[in-house]
Amino acid sequence: MAEFLIETIGLPTWFAWTAIAGLSAFLILNVIAGGALVFIWAERKIAARIQDRLGPTRTGGRFGWLQSLADGIKLLAKEDLMPDGADALLFRLAPYVSFCASFCAFIALPFAFDTVGQRLNVGVFFVVAVLGLEVFGVILAGYASASKWSLFGAMREAAQVVSYEVPLGMCVVVPVMLAGSMDLVTIGEKQAGWAMNWFIFHDPFTFIIFWVYCTCAIASVNRAPFDLAEAESELVAGFHTEYSGLRWSFFFMAEYGSMFLVSALAAILFLGGWNGPVPVSELLGFSDGVAANAPFALRFIGCMNLFLKATAGVLLMMWIRWTLPRLRIDQVMTTCLKYCTPIAAAMFLGVMLWQLFLPGGLVPGSFRAAAGVREGWLEQSYRKESAEDESLSLKNLSRHISEVSR
Amino acid sequence: MNQDAFSISLSLFALIDWHGFFFLLFAAIACIAALMVVLTDNVVRMALHLILSLGATAGLFFLAGAEFIGAMQLMIYVGGTLVLLVFGVMLTAQTQLVALRTPAGDRVLAGILAAALLAVLVQAAFSIESWQKSGQGIVSAPTATPLGMALVGVRVDQSAEANLLDAKGGYLLPFEIVSVHLLVVLIGAAYLARAKRRRVPRPVDLMASVDSVEPRSTVDSPSTVLSGGAE
Repeated sequence: MAEFLIETIGLPTWFAWTAIAGLSAFLILNVIAGGALVFIWAERKIAARIQDRLGPTRTGGRFGWLQSLADGIKLLAKEDLMPDGADALLFRLAPYVSFCASFCAFIALPFAFDTVGQRLNVGVFFVVAVLGLEVFGVILAGYASASKWSLFGAMREAAQVVSYEVPLGMCVVVPVMLAGSMDLVTIGEKQAGWAMNWFIFHDPFTFIIFWVYCTCAIASVNRAPFDLAEAESELVAGFHTEYSGLRWSFFFMAEYGSMFLVSALAAILFLGGWNGPVPVSELLGFSDGVAANAPFALRFIGCMNLFLKATAGVLLMMWIRWTLPRLRIDQVMTTCLKYCTPIAAAMFLGVMLWQLFLPGGLVPGSFRAAAGVREGWLEQSYRKESAEDESLSLKNLSRHISEVSR
Repeated sequence: MNQDAFSISLSLFALIDWHGFFFLLFAAIACIAALMVVLTDNVVRMALHLILSLGATAGLFFLAGAEFIGAMQLMIYVGGTLVLLVFGVMLTAQTQLVALRTPAGDRVLAGILAAALLAVLVQAAFSIESWQKSGQGIVSAPTATPLGMALVGVRVDQSAEANLLDAKGGYLLPFEIVSVHLLVVLIGAAYLARAKRRRVPRPVDLMASVDSVEPRSTVDSPSTVLSGGAE
């Protein structure tokens, strides 16, 4: 994009890059904030339906679809309270820490094959690392509130998040291994084609590990049944007991942002990312060669695909939240250490063996029938990046690997 | 008039070395936050400043194009501070530890030590000749792949073409040593933090001490929380 501005319109370099960075940040912010508005409304409606109620019905007409906006105005108008004994600086800072971590992870998240804030070649790793930082905001909030409820909630959250990072990391490694790259764009592109190319259907092990990932993802964003940090029946409201108004809503924006983020990550890692179940564009003859300067429509459809999958993930989380009761802290730890971690490790081993002995799948040639769709675009962009250093190019590397394995 | 000012400011902006600007910004944040770690009294705030300092260092890595190292910095160092923060919060739950006062003598001693170390580091940094050249820009797009290959014993960066199998320069052995070491640590941590079996107290024990009568919850105790954090 920035190159386009520089070359075609002739803007100065610094201005083009700044403008593009600002635009990306603005768009990502809107994804989080707009997403939170929609998801909070959806959560209320879904919760109501599951509990045989109606939920919001009046604000904004038929389905109460303006309810979140009304809530937002209410929150804006609320008084900003702070407890007497609170550590003022940390108390004020904590919501922003949470929100910033959630926001930063979106920077490396691709929405379509080249619609990404900043394409990192360690995208998965970056997203997982930054997502783990969100807990800082919660701990600071719990500490600074000078309230026992908050402190208990924060401590529970710390124990939970740190434990669940282990199986989560193991689950994330599997698609990385299958794609041979930590670049989220490459991982998504490797699953192009029919739905059978998605990594979740790669082999039985990936299918199981997808559900382990779902469990760990829900736990790492503190949604019920893992919402011990809030636990309104025991801890009033957990770490945000003392917060009100806009600061409180920042925590919620961070939570809904993270929910969307882990869902989008699941979509990219296991569910084909921005590739639909049916390769429509390929069947129509769009993809070959066009992809390098893909038409706007193609990217838009990619974005829609990803949004659809991520939203489905968020809705699944809501369904789970209003169906299952909250776990006790020992049950949470048991789930992590006795079930998720060993299962993830075993599945990891299984995928590795499958890759060694059945790399083509059970029916030879069935997997990756159309996986090369935009391979050309990938390699091209890669070569552009590393044009200087020939010895490190992907082609050379794969030759090295094959030589070694021989 | 207005247009002139606009164009002048435009050209001024174009003159600024943005790479250098952000380098200085991140470096300043890292240094100031590091100083604040030393000068603050409150443990939790110290941890916060440490996070800020380490995060700014990660920013420096990203600025240099070393994305893998940057993400590592975030994951290991910034993430590791989490445990420190948890300890800090647990310590300051008691009022006598809310403010840690350092005696003046200790401050002077630490200052001298830090200054000496800084002098050595600065001297070393400026004595390396290849570092004195100005930036050469990004030489090649760094990826994590050569790094991963080197860890399993293949140095793709060293032996470009022919004698690949002769290249023994990989890091397979250190990698294995570190993995086994970490495994030992993990098992040790799990052993230390394991849930002790609750024994039914015998009447003799009951008379010996009143404390043992209390049913010990092995689950919610602080040690379990900490060990969960330590992993």
